[in-house]
Amino acid sequence: MQTPPLHVGADAPIGPPVVEEIPQPVPPGTPRRIRWARRRKALHRFWQSFRKDAMGMVGLVILVFFIGVAIFAVFADTSGTRITEATGVPLQPPSWDYPLGTDNYGRSVLTLTIQGAKVSLLVGLTATVITMIIGSAVGLAAGYRGGGTDTLLMRITDWGLVIPWLVLAISLASIFGQSLFIIILVIGLTTWPSTARLVRSQVLSVKERAYIERSRALGAGNWYLVTRHVLPNVMPVIMANTVLIVAIAILSETALSFLGLGDPFSISWGQILQQANDAGASTLGAWWWLGAPGVCIVLVVLAFTMIGFALDEIINPRIRER
Amino acid sequence: MGKRRYVLRKLVQAFITLVAILIFNFFLFRVWSPGDPVSFLTRGQGANISPEERQALIEEYGLDQSTTGQFVEYLKDTATLRLGASSFYQGEPVMEVFTRFLWPTLLLVGISTLFSTIIGIWMGIRSGWRRGSTFDRTSMIGSLVLYSMPEFWLGMLLLLLFSSTLGWFPVGGRISTNVSELSGVGYALDVANHLFLPVLTLTLAYIGQFYLVMRSSLLDVLGEDYITTARAKGVSERQVLRHHAVRNALLPTVTLVALSFGYVIGGAITVEVVFSYQGLGLLTYTAILAKDYWLLQGLFLFFTLAVIVFNLISDFTYAYLDPRVREA
Repeated sequence: MQTPPLHVGADAPIGPPVVEEIPQPVPPGTPRRIRWARRRKALHRFWQSFRKDAMGMVGLVILVFFIGVAIFAVFADTSGTRITEATGVPLQPPSWDYPLGTDNYGRSVLTLTIQGAKVSLLVGLTATVITMIIGSAVGLAAGYRGGGTDTLLMRITDWGLVIPWLVLAISLASIFGQSLFIIILVIGLTTWPSTARLVRSQVLSVKERAYIERSRALGAGNWYLVTRHVLPNVMPVIMANTVLIVAIAILSETALSFLGLGDPFSISWGQILQQANDAGASTLGAWWWLGAPGVCIVLVVLAFTMIGFALDEIINPRIRER
Repeated sequence: MGKRRYVLRKLVQAFITLVAILIFNFFLFRVWSPGDPVSFLTRGQGANISPEERQALIEEYGLDQSTTGQFVEYLKDTATLRLGASSFYQGEPVMEVFTRFLWPTLLLVGISTLFSTIIGIWMGIRSGWRRGSTFDRTSMIGSLVLYSMPEFWLGMLLLLLFSSTLGWFPVGGRISTNVSELSGVGYALDVANHLFLPVLTLTLAYIGQFYLVMRSSLLDVLGEDYITTARAKGVSERQVLRHHAVRNALLPTVTLVALSFGYVIGGAITVEVVFSYQGLGLLTYTAILAKDYWLLQGLFLFFTLAVIVFNLISDFTYAYLDPRVREA
């Protein structure tokens, strides 16, 4: 018994709304090909629903733009970001040569902002991967095994929820040093508890489904059940949550960098804002310096949030009805 | 389960959490933290400290003992609320440094939470009740934008606009330097003048979450059968909203007020840095820059304790407001 990632059927707890379809002739081929054909179809149906969501599409367009900027930044010339090689006059408002003005060292704010996209997105995405792995693993284990495992894991999760994250992240980052790796790790280690709770609650409802019992009666082991039945059914919820977590991770990186805990050698939007604040950009009236990186943060976080809300609406029929 | 057992169970859970935090705190700040606290402590006096004085300091802080001995010492220190010495403030007990910075932050966080809760709940009710209206759509977009904004950036923008461009408010600090000349009303006005922009920043930053929760919670309640029943009975729309919908929808929001405290603290730290507002947030920033781990440890303990207490308050409020919780 194989289940595609977006399982659609009478007993599907989550997933796109059930569309009654005329049973189609089974395409010829191996089970694997049938499975992939079903997955493709599910994905196509999902994309059809997503396309209709204006908010989600706006988010997607913004996101694609910034991913483009980040990729451009990887290949772009970075000499303009070094203080010693700054070419402009310090603190100049936008001009033809420097479309977003210059900072207090005479560096182009545009160049800095483009480079910042790279680090901000990188940290946001990798930290999210850590969050999702820990959160899903804890949630799955707690929800599926239940009993003592559940109690213990949920108590640890509660501790994680109680500790004010920024204070914990500040402490960890200031003790273990300032590098991109530490920042990613710190964000990942402080944001997983909410994901674990969400995954657990989904697992609890999925594992009581009849098909799990049927599969078990047919001799399926725990590992098979979790990887083939429970996880694929919880996956849509994990996906929607992932997108929202990226937004949180990017904001976290920004706050940590702003407090001077980021990697001093890699430019991120938070770090540009930290330097602007240290130099008193607000008091000096240098709106261009703090404007660009801030607007970028808001746009990217907004993009991820809008996509996350759109995904939530597609996979959660309850919200959809409203 | 009776009410008393519920309260007792929550108290025991909070206590276990506290113990776990204390142990974690010890390892994080006293075992894993790099560098020897005494060398940080004596850094201010330069190299001209005699080996005897150094030894005395090491003994005073119990650094010559084993990890277990240090743990006992740390527990004693915490129980007596001394919390060790701050190296940045030349060995002053952390607790004393702390109480000096506590009130400004309580004032800032308290007022902002109050405003953002009231405004957020009001907007949420209006928005959820007239779903799809212009007000609903505008406030939805507005709160999403505010939610996506780092609090400190919002603070920097407000500072740029209201202080340096318009000159309406001071550029930072908690009180003016000539504050000793002021008395009574003048002093209060001065404090309020300095508080205005930080409070505005935090209020705007937190309206979004209260709004979103109140709105979705009201929408949930409006779909319930008892709302239909109430309408069928001929209860006026106004009465349905006030007595049937809002009362029930307030529950999740009330708990959120207490639970969001941890996040409010996070926001207060960065916003205090932007406005050079001398509160616990700026103190945390100072501790990071000075690598004053014992001070950081005291702050960490305080913030965590505050969140635990607020969680308890939230649990109890919820149980008081919703009898179903107690029976479950």
